[in-house]
Amino acid sequence: MTELKKRILPRVQKPARYTGGEWGAVKKKKEDVNVRVAFCFPDTYEIGMSNVGMRILYGVMNEMENVWCERVFAPWGDMEEQMRQNQLPLWALESQDPVSEFDMIAFTIGYEMSYSNILNMLNLSGIPLRSKDRAGLKNIVFAGGVCAFNPEPLADFVDFFSIGEGEDITVEILSLYDKAKRAAWSKEEFLTEVSKISGVYVPSFYTPVYNQDGTLASVTVREGAPETVTKRIIEDLDSAYFPTKMIVPSTEIVHDRANLELFRGCIRGCRFCQAGFSCRPVRKKSPEVLYRQAVETMEHSGNNEITLSSLSTSDYRGLKELTDQLIPYSAGNRISLSVPSLRADNFSRELMEKLQTVRKSGLTFAPEAGTQRLRDVINKNLKEEKILSTCARAFAGGWNNVKLYFMLGLPTETDEDVLGIADLVYKVIQAWKENAVNKKRGLRVHVATAYFVPKPHTPFQWEKQIEPQEYLRRCKLLKEHFYSKSIEYDYHSVELSTLEAVFARGDRRLGAVIEEAVKRGAKLDGWDEYFDYGRWHEAFEACGIPEAFYTTRGYDEQELLPWDVIDVGVTKKFLLKERQRAYAGQVTPDCRHGCAGCGANALLEEVACDA
Amino acid sequence: MPRLLFEKKGNAVWISHLDLMRMFQRAFNRAGLRLTHTQGFNPRPSVSIALPLSVGIESSCELLDFQLEGDAVPNEEILARLNAALVEGVKVLAVYDDGLKIKNLAYLDCTLSLEYDRGVPQGAMEAIRELFSREELLVSKKSKNGVTEQNIIPMIRSFEIAQKDTNTLFIKARVCCQNPSLNPMQLCSAIEEMLPDFSPDFAKFSRNEIYDFQEQIFR
Repeated sequence: MTELKKRILPRVQKPARYTGGEWGAVKKKKEDVNVRVAFCFPDTYEIGMSNVGMRILYGVMNEMENVWCERVFAPWGDMEEQMRQNQLPLWALESQDPVSEFDMIAFTIGYEMSYSNILNMLNLSGIPLRSKDRAGLKNIVFAGGVCAFNPEPLADFVDFFSIGEGEDITVEILSLYDKAKRAAWSKEEFLTEVSKISGVYVPSFYTPVYNQDGTLASVTVREGAPETVTKRIIEDLDSAYFPTKMIVPSTEIVHDRANLELFRGCIRGCRFCQAGFSCRPVRKKSPEVLYRQAVETMEHSGNNEITLSSLSTSDYRGLKELTDQLIPYSAGNRISLSVPSLRADNFSRELMEKLQTVRKSGLTFAPEAGTQRLRDVINKNLKEEKILSTCARAFAGGWNNVKLYFMLGLPTETDEDVLGIADLVYKVIQAWKENAVNKKRGLRVHVATAYFVPKPHTPFQWEKQIEPQEYLRRCKLLKEHFYSKSIEYDYHSVELSTLEAVFARGDRRLGAVIEEAVKRGAKLDGWDEYFDYGRWHEAFEACGIPEAFYTTRGYDEQELLPWDVIDVGVTKKFLLKERQRAYAGQVTPDCRHGCAGCGANALLEEVACDA
Repeated sequence: MPRLLFEKKGNAVWISHLDLMRMFQRAFNRAGLRLTHTQGFNPRPSVSIALPLSVGIESSCELLDFQLEGDAVPNEEILARLNAALVEGVKVLAVYDDGLKIKNLAYLDCTLSLEYDRGVPQGAMEAIRELFSREELLVSKKSKNGVTEQNIIPMIRSFEIAQKDTNTLFIKARVCCQNPSLNPMQLCSAIEEMLPDFSPDFAKFSRNEIYDFQEQIFR
């Protein structure tokens, strides 16, 4: 560590997040490797270190003998100020070397609000933002993560995208780079070759042509590049790499625990949910492998908390077998086992009660909509009776804390649906009055509503986002119908959800807007302390691009969509059919009650979809 | 209760007190040493550190009390297993079956390096020496009830200052560390407040040894 850094560290909050040296961090000698990767997470250390995807790929890359992958996070504002004042460029944690010295700069992007951080981190590294301004093989910038399913807003800045699950493709990409560096290829040669790897999207090989009204007319594809890029998946999760030697941060992070991924994909098909469609098909891990990995992880990390993660844990077939082993292991070792994403079925209720012996957490439901009609429209198969009977049982068992999550602005929503939320909340309060064993402690119902953001690769990808004023009117309407003091009501901010909606379905013209906003100081937009919509709005105006084009306009079914170049496995035809069923109020049963024919099983060659 | 002596140096100085406690709890787990837990609603592993150390200060005399479950493990083995499970910069130096009562911990030795980028100013050493030989030296201290003034002289047991090189003054002091305690950083604050012309560009602190009321080494 340099003297300068030592002098700066006492002046910033939580300095330990900038120093590296944690348990499990990988140290190599730079002379011993040919490819150095700066793996950047475009948010703070506390957020990034909680990300399982990053942990997996960090391990995958460092398993390669010729590669040393190090971590980079976005500095908090106080640190950025010190860095800029002292001309200290952004560094990677393990070696403390500047990012600009690295061969490859990788970003994992999970949230639209981090786009400004990507540019800001490149800027703090002293690396040109635009791909075209970076010549040569050094500092190749590539990116992956769920936001890469619509890569267009970042197309000007990122040399290539890695689409889908990264365990295999990352190795292929780095091996190619290794070869390219030894043979001193040009950047152009490398991009040409890397575009031949299945799952790689090189945006500069695709030129969008726009209509007068701003919609996409066509995309000119350079010869040799694929018309559409199909996402990569891991077929056999049991044999896939899993980081049992995880890094244990020396400072507290958001999810300060070990994480066990049960399966990938989802059988549910909630029509608003991007993960539910873009992560298909369903592939499970076996309980034996999971148990072994859990024990190895806990022994190596010394963590005292482990969480089972997936998109819908109750749908994991091996849940009983796994928890039958894990609960005694956890109890015997004073490990707290948490199982989020449970549905309100009987087994899950029993499981919750068993887990209660370790620690009593709150109850959380996401009915998403207030009436059964609207829940049918969005295909959220959660019935009111289920919510109420689960609440009743939990209240009788001593719980007195419930969180309920909803969305406002869903397609076909009326005021009746909005008031349905208030109704449901009252029924929950009623259930508490009738069942609570200890009324002295009182009940707390936390209700939150989100401003619906239509996401690409979902049946709602064409929908209009409702007008901001209309969303606020519905929030107010709902608030006026909450009379009980037990209710705590929060609603998502209009500005954040507007911006999220713009980028979720954005096209390549947004690159200029992001660059402009970052010039105006945009960064850490996911944080209230820094988010300033005014800056963004000015950037949209300066570029002559209205936000409404991407939000309240809605997309035509015939329109060429910016993300059509990416194939996540689920067919557009299926998404359209689901959209029609939504408007007809027809539910589509979950995949286990009959394959609905989404098309994602075509991604599988060796195994069948495990729905 | 068994006690261990450890040092905290290098990168590890940036780990805060609470984070360090958490890190030790995990290190015990990794070492396969099972800590007993506190009773109560939210059981916590029983480890406690005698004197919290401010972030950024290095130390070679930290004490941590702990209690293990089950069969006794030899002290040398605890030491070896923990050191294999700790991060770089944190190192266990000794393990004791038992220790003195923490309430008898009275003084600590600290060193300060005052760095002057344009060389130590003429007269700085003499002025600082004079400052700390006064009868009274009021330094503002932030507390829960706002900023209060505190006379730090009675808490300074001994004070030496020397010039280490053209850019550095070196202070060695023995100060009270409990009821009341003097944070070595306050020595530097006193210089900044009272002798602004001799404020260093940067100061490094370290904690070197701890003593009981009779000024015998405390373990």
